[in-house]
Amino acid sequence: MSSATTATRPQAAASTTTRARRRRSPARIVLYVFVTLTALAWLFPVLWALLNSFRDYHYTSLHGYVSLGGFTVENYVHAWQQGEFTRHFLNSLIITVPAVLLTLFLASCVAFVVARYSFRFNLLLLGLFTAANLLPQQALLIPLFRAYREIPLPLWMSDSGRLLDSYWGLILVNVAFQSGFCAFVLSNYMKALPHEMFEAARVDGAGVPTQFFRITLPLCRPALAALATLQVTWIYNEFFWATVLMQSGSKFPITSSLNNLRGQFFTDYNLLSAGSIVIALPVLIVFFVLQKQFVAGLTLGSTKG
Amino acid sequence: MSDLPTVPAARAKAPAPRRRRGRRVQVTGTDRVFLVLMVAIPTLLVLGWVWVPAIASVVLSFARWSGVGGLDTIHWIGAENYKNVFTNYPPFYPALRHNLIWLVFLFVLPTLFGIFLAVLLDRELRFTRFYQTAFFLPVVLSLALIGFIWQLLYSRDQGLLNGVLNTQIDWYGDSRWNLWAVLVAAGWKHAGYIMLLYLAGLKGVDPSLREAAAVDGASQVRAFFSVVLPVMRPINIIVIVVTVIESLRAFDIVWVINKGTNGLELISTLVTQNVVGEASRIGFGSALATIMLVISLVFITIFLSTVMRGERR
Repeated sequence: MSSATTATRPQAAASTTTRARRRRSPARIVLYVFVTLTALAWLFPVLWALLNSFRDYHYTSLHGYVSLGGFTVENYVHAWQQGEFTRHFLNSLIITVPAVLLTLFLASCVAFVVARYSFRFNLLLLGLFTAANLLPQQALLIPLFRAYREIPLPLWMSDSGRLLDSYWGLILVNVAFQSGFCAFVLSNYMKALPHEMFEAARVDGAGVPTQFFRITLPLCRPALAALATLQVTWIYNEFFWATVLMQSGSKFPITSSLNNLRGQFFTDYNLLSAGSIVIALPVLIVFFVLQKQFVAGLTLGSTKG
Repeated sequence: MSDLPTVPAARAKAPAPRRRRGRRVQVTGTDRVFLVLMVAIPTLLVLGWVWVPAIASVVLSFARWSGVGGLDTIHWIGAENYKNVFTNYPPFYPALRHNLIWLVFLFVLPTLFGIFLAVLLDRELRFTRFYQTAFFLPVVLSLALIGFIWQLLYSRDQGLLNGVLNTQIDWYGDSRWNLWAVLVAAGWKHAGYIMLLYLAGLKGVDPSLREAAAVDGASQVRAFFSVVLPVMRPINIIVIVVTVIESLRAFDIVWVINKGTNGLELISTLVTQNVVGEASRIGFGSALATIMLVISLVFITIFLSTVMRGERR
């Protein structure tokens, strides 16, 4: 992020004198104080959860939350066991990884055709995909739910024997919803790739598969990395489809398992804190390690005007 | 970020589409098969999982059906479901009102505040990375989890807010307060999201524009409103559409709190209750879903026409 800031600001370095003057002005100080306080306020709910997750319930109920002491890691152990986090994290993994891979692959396919071949309907196609990503999920729920209950799956694919209550069903619905955004972003990225490279490849007799797998996909690696980061977070965070399309509690991914944890966790706030921190941990790690990718993925889709 | 074609690349690539327009590439044999498959498979998935259900929702909204039994048990009853929604369904108007409040609140506070923060952060502050991280952090959390985290502040007995205010309010449970409590939590995330989108847009504004305004003697505020804001038109529209869609889609946080009851009714939760609840009222739920669909399609059309116009340029 910061590298981009300096890169897009050639005038910044040009006038160090005005910069020094500006930094000392009272307005500038007010600005810093305001932004710093706001930033701390923004972090507060998470920090509060983090702090209380390490505190003993009996200690805090005796001394109140505005106290110090009673530190423990017990809450994490209990939250993990009571929430059956091992199973739910595994479910999230089973759903998220294939969904992200499939989304990116299918979106790349569509984006490649839209960007490389001037089909007359490419805008229509892109519109169809992008709009699908923006529709409210609830508007599609009823027919989809009903169809999922009817469509049979062999038992080795789903122990319910149906698309409802199966990982497959959930993966597919996530892919269908997310590929729109990805196709849109990737097609813009691919349009910006040097055209001559493809012409040269074509002259050399490279067919569509070579152009796609050997040239386009490797060149799109930065965009794919950014989108993968974003999609992992979104699908991990996905709540609605898993809540309605999964019937047995043991199959819920971690985010939707929150539904069932409410009763257990809302009575012991330190347990609730620990549980929340654990569930937030994967996305927080992604956030801190891959923040650049994440931001790039989000803004790729919006800023191309 | 610098190696990704966000805004600078968009500027650089501008002449390319014009050059390409109208040119057709000759495709033959196996290549044609590949291309067709590459488009057809994802398209079928999106049609089958999104558009066919969307149309089916509209069709079913004219029916009475318990959902049990085959398609031949469907009774077609015309617009009766809609009549019932509007005249004979007490939660509908509260839900509609809550969705509207959601929209107005998100727009007036978190959206404008997010834009404000973006404008502040665009001014080469030191520690800007820390600030961005702080505002951006809630964006990666799911709204369901945000509902959980804010419960620590909102709880009647152990929550921090009651401790500080010396009150005994059940912020999530009391129907006088709970919508606002939820909105603050949701706004916490939304402001960060808007800040991010807007900041990226601001970084794409040609610096010479602002320099020119400064040379002409315009104040910074003036320069923002009369130079930067008009240039940012596409981003402004995207921000508005994102806000509208988010308020219409709002679901996770209220569902995790109380399944959208007792002051937290939303259209999305009503639809869901009519399908997965005990009483499965397919036609009636579809009428509600169709209302959502129509509202969202209006804004999606605005969004797409904005984006596609940028595309063609």
